Amino acid sequence: MDPLLKLDDFTMHYRTKAGWVQAVDGVTLSLARGQALGLVGESGCGKTSIAMSVMKLLPYNSKVVRGRILFEGRDIYSMTDGEVRKMRWKGVAMIFQAAMNSLNPVYRVGNQIVEAIVTHEPETSEEEAWARVRSLFELVGIPKERMYHYPHEYSGGMKQRAVIAMALACNPKMIIADEPTTALDVIVQDKILREMDQIRRKINMSMIYISHDVSVIAEVSDVVAVMYAGKLVELGQADDVFKRPRHPYTYALMRAYPSILGEKHELATIPGEPPNLLDPPSGCRFHPRCDRASAECSKADPMWREICPGHYCTCHNPVEIGGTWVGQVRSGKAADGGDQLGTSSNS
Amino acid sequence: MRGLSQNWAVFRESRIGMLGLIVILLFGVFGALWPIMINTVWDPLIYHPVVGFDPMLLHPSPPTKAHLLGTDPIGRDILAQLMFSTGREFLLGVLSALITVVIGTVIGTVAAYYGGFTDTFFMRVADIMMLFPFIPLLVVVGSMVRLTFFPFAIILGVLGGFGGITIILKAQALSVKVRPYIDAARVAGGSSFHIIRAHIIPNVLPLSFLYMMFNVTGAILSEATLSFFGVLNIDMSWGMMIHTAEAAGYLFDFGKYWWLWLPSGLAITLFCAAFYMVGRGLDEVVNPRLRKR
Amino acid sequence: MALPATADAADAILRVEHLCKYYPVSRGLFQRRQLLLHAVDNVSFEVKRGEVLGLVGESGCGKTTTGRLIARLTFPTTGRIFVDNADVSKIQGADMAEFRKKIQMIFQDPYESLDPRMTIFDIVAEPLNVNGMGNLEEREQRVAEMLSLVGISPPSAFLFRFPHELSGGQRQRVAIARALVMNPTFVVADEPTSMLDVSIRTGIMKLLAQLREDLGISYLYITHDLAVARYLCDRIAVMYLGKIVEVAEAEEIIKEPLHPYTRALISAVPVPDPAVKRPVPTIKGGVSKPINPPRRCRFYERCPVAKSTCAEQDHPAPREVSGGHFAACHQL
Repeated sequence: MDPLLKLDDFTMHYRTKAGWVQAVDGVTLSLARGQALGLVGESGCGKTSIAMSVMKLLPYNSKVVRGRILFEGRDIYSMTDGEVRKMRWKGVAMIFQAAMNSLNPVYRVGNQIVEAIVTHEPETSEEEAWARVRSLFELVGIPKERMYHYPHEYSGGMKQRAVIAMALACNPKMIIADEPTTALDVIVQDKILREMDQIRRKINMSMIYISHDVSVIAEVSDVVAVMYAGKLVELGQADDVFKRPRHPYTYALMRAYPSILGEKHELATIPGEPPNLLDPPSGCRFHPRCDRASAECSKADPMWREICPGHYCTCHNPVEIGGTWVGQVRSGKAADGGDQLGTSSNS
Repeated sequence: MRGLSQNWAVFRESRIGMLGLIVILLFGVFGALWPIMINTVWDPLIYHPVVGFDPMLLHPSPPTKAHLLGTDPIGRDILAQLMFSTGREFLLGVLSALITVVIGTVIGTVAAYYGGFTDTFFMRVADIMMLFPFIPLLVVVGSMVRLTFFPFAIILGVLGGFGGITIILKAQALSVKVRPYIDAARVAGGSSFHIIRAHIIPNVLPLSFLYMMFNVTGAILSEATLSFFGVLNIDMSWGMMIHTAEAAGYLFDFGKYWWLWLPSGLAITLFCAAFYMVGRGLDEVVNPRLRKR
Repeated sequence: MALPATADAADAILRVEHLCKYYPVSRGLFQRRQLLLHAVDNVSFEVKRGEVLGLVGESGCGKTTTGRLIARLTFPTTGRIFVDNADVSKIQGADMAEFRKKIQMIFQDPYESLDPRMTIFDIVAEPLNVNGMGNLEEREQRVAEMLSLVGISPPSAFLFRFPHELSGGQRQRVAIARALVMNPTFVVADEPTSMLDVSIRTGIMKLLAQLREDLGISYLYITHDLAVARYLCDRIAVMYLGKIVEVAEAEEIIKEPLHPYTRALISAVPVPDPAVKRPVPTIKGGVSKPINPPRRCRFYERCPVAKSTCAEQDHPAPREVSGGHFAACHQL
């Protein structure tokens, strides 16, 4: 089946006074229907830029340099404005960073969602819209009587749920969630992550989940894409990427994350700072900070290649499969090394 | 201060600010020409702005070769008056604005930092200042005592300093006061005086400077208004020039005697506008949100 | 009341006894009853010399207020703080300056905690400056020394730069240098890594651990992130609505949490392993604000193990359940 969303060598730059910022460079990925893609990377790596590109919400100083974004096989950058508007609610909905602040404080929450439905589906009557809001609230776990309350009467977690309900209002085929739980406390975050996962499975929706938090990504994604300095460095099944990270950046990033599971492991440090995308390093953008860098890395940009089936990576010197760590630190029924090697050759 | 060259780069992008700056510079050159002209080309007996008199003409005389902008009803050269006044307008505007801003900054930051009674007291003073009819008050004061140039500039500055600017600068100081670096300074053992002097004032200063530009405009307009009413004891200023024309009755036929009021009127307008425009340009430096990205 | 104390009280660099901070809450013009937000409510703990105590909790639990009370940025409603066995509230005059030198603080936001109008030198030298320590030359030397200690090198390249020219990680290092420039014995670190990227964060965490080794500094490490606390702290105290509900050795609290709130908190932390399915945290409802809280266990409404007797008694006092492991729960 055709993928729902496909990015094909997508490259987008921002014009600033100082020059062109190479925010997204040659990103190729695809998302199947019902699949959840976790996009992970540090601040400024271009993950939000990708979300904005997919929504066609780029600021005026941006420029698509090359590549395409196909939604249901159609290039969104050749769509008319009307088609894009339709796509934004019925095709792809987005939950923004700090979305709880995106509710209008002077309208009742229910009214805001009804408004969104009626605007985008003129054929829907207001009663039908209210009925749908009722079922949406049920879906995201807000008591129905809360529909008639104002945003300031909601707690942070409940606002976030209301925003999710709003994003789901027009039955989108896919949702882009940009750090939707970053501002929330862990217990609330946990509840929302579980609910989003349930809803997604229930209505077979695709999702791109953007986060800097490796552990959140691990919990919500089927497929994980790792970005560094505007480039996709690794892409694969979540299990694969987490247990057998091949790109040195992914490897270090995952080892840099403290976990409360299992025994303590030495936390990895990545020396230096992320590069300035006005003038990114030559060759591989990670090479100045990479402990596996060779002479080649500073010269040639590594190819995007399928390192094993379904697992893509851009690196001249990928980490060997023996370099696992999650299995080692996990207690209890953790898979042993031999088993991991076995599954990797089978998958 | 921080990144002067960077701030200059932002300011330079503001067309309105640059235009204002150029006009101010032109006025500066114009004013600087006065001592040169009176000491070289112009005969002080004829061209002195206050006591000069040209016996060769009937006054007021329209522009001639000798008097490029004509003469006023008592025979003094308009261009010389205009030039002579420029420097004094600068002095008046900048001096009173400086006083205003210094007072406003100190009171604003102190009120914001200490809060409580200090805050309430100065805010009520500011309210009274804002509600008080400024110009009529000065008209009355001016008719009772001789208001000369410097006392006038100081009164204007002091009155302004306790007024609305305090409220604005206090708001800014309040937003600085809650920053973590203020806490950091307190943990380091910094006294209140140290925190106000080293952290709050420097962070309020850009806004103070911005309001100083607007205050220059305000001071010059006040001076012009009061001079026009003839309540100031100032020998010559742009406002005085219009007052002279008005007192002699020439403003009733203003189309015919345009040179009596147009040059000084234009100078006041342009000069005030220029400072205002620089203020607008600075606004973009001070408030990053206004910047076009 | 049993204090979560060590055997030897003299060993403690910081001891906090029955600390309370209530904030009045205004609720309209006609509300007669005085409403008080119990931000920190009867909190007692101590930090041993050279120890890192983690103070963990969700937003609004009072952990930052506790830190600010200790750093004397705000003053307690009741309760006492002892530093080196001296009651802080009784310190006056010149001794206050000495006290200030002993306790320093690192703040959460490296973009806001450095004055944008000061150079790095001025920022790091500020504590020396306000305390009149050293002449300019000595200060410059000390600042350079501190900067290289926190990994800003070469210091000379940074001394006269402004904060906005530095990255987030570098700024936080500068903030740490400022906190350490007067040789404090105790540092309150209020979420110093929560705004930093992962790759930078580890560096700062390792730096803090290294400084503790080298300089013997004790920390109160305030964080919402249990995983970070686990890696950096010797002991962890969990706060909920102004109360400390559990204190224990870091590994013990992570592996064998006793209090139902700690259990819920730990099971809610996402883990970086797609194969692990965490149990659903057994906790009801959401966090409320402790405004004039009823006299019973603060966790009662949300508690999965609460019994009717919990509603009848006051909030439980921390009890030593096993060696050094304290929990405040009636049901243990």
